Amino acid sequence: MTILSALEWLARTPWSVALHESLYVWPFLESTHVLMLTLFVGTAVMLDLRLLGLAFRRMPVSELTGRLLPWTRAGGAVMVITGFLLFYATPVRNYQNIFFRIKVVLLILAALNVYLFHSRPHRRVKEWDLDPVAPRAARVAAVVSLLAWAGVVVAGRLIAYNWFDCDIQPQPPFVNWVAGCVVPPADQ
Amino acid sequence: MNALPFFEWCEATTIGQAIRDSAWLFPVIESAHLLGLCLLGGAVLIVDLRMLGLALGGQTVGEVARGARRWLMLGVGVMLLTGTPLFLSEAVKCYYNPSFWVKITTLPLALAFAFGVRQRIGEKAALASALTRVVALASMALWFTVAAAGRWIGFSS
Repeated sequence: MTILSALEWLARTPWSVALHESLYVWPFLESTHVLMLTLFVGTAVMLDLRLLGLAFRRMPVSELTGRLLPWTRAGGAVMVITGFLLFYATPVRNYQNIFFRIKVVLLILAALNVYLFHSRPHRRVKEWDLDPVAPRAARVAAVVSLLAWAGVVVAGRLIAYNWFDCDIQPQPPFVNWVAGCVVPPADQ
Repeated sequence: MNALPFFEWCEATTIGQAIRDSAWLFPVIESAHLLGLCLLGGAVLIVDLRMLGLALGGQTVGEVARGARRWLMLGVGVMLLTGTPLFLSEAVKCYYNPSFWVKITTLPLALAFAFGVRQRIGEKAALASALTRVVALASMALWFTVAAAGRWIGFSS
């Protein structure tokens, strides 16, 4: 069984159809997903700015990672839950959407960056807690974080546009390849 | 007074026309609008959460509020700079859209409250008090209404 056929089955499940066709539940989930950006990405950006020495220069970094990041995580949890439900509402359409695929790649990159930041420079945060500008490794993590999350946000917004959708043909072969479109061979 | 002619004039502006004529401009500006939302939201929430006594307890309210101020202003700047052309491109649709009217009336309230009330109280406060908690809740309620109504403009057509 391929991923595509599994998602085609998923799209036929009653709850997926109900979500897809709902007048208010889908917009409610989508609005929650978007508004949670303020809590999730917004608070992460505040930490990144602190690491770069662009904000809160006299605040210990451990204060932000210890007493602000719990809110970032809470926002992230809501984004994951609403995100999965939004995916579940139109699984095939999302799976074959070029921006969704870009978003997933950037999400993995952003998550890897979070892991590396916490397992490397932040592990010894007590040594540089009060430095107005964090050490190089932490600053690199901050820049990667800002760029990756911005990319996730923009790619996520563009999922709504159907420019490169599989049912709009012809598309350049590269686009069809990236989006995973199953295109019948053109007539002679 | 009928405001519709003004909205029609907005929609006929060169900027409004250019955005409507382009397939990419609206999504690109809207993406920037969302990035501005992240910055604005982060700068608002970090202070409101501190004023509620729910985050950054090792810092005074004033330190957090003063530290976030210029990022709050930058976030507001990005939102206004991207939101205005988005509005110009579909001003008449906005005129008939209840969500737009909710947003456009709560936005000046949120701005006036942020810079007129919350900034004065927040930047002077040391600890979270009943007053800072009420101010933070009002701030979150106002900004939430602006953001949620803004998102809803796109759903109701």
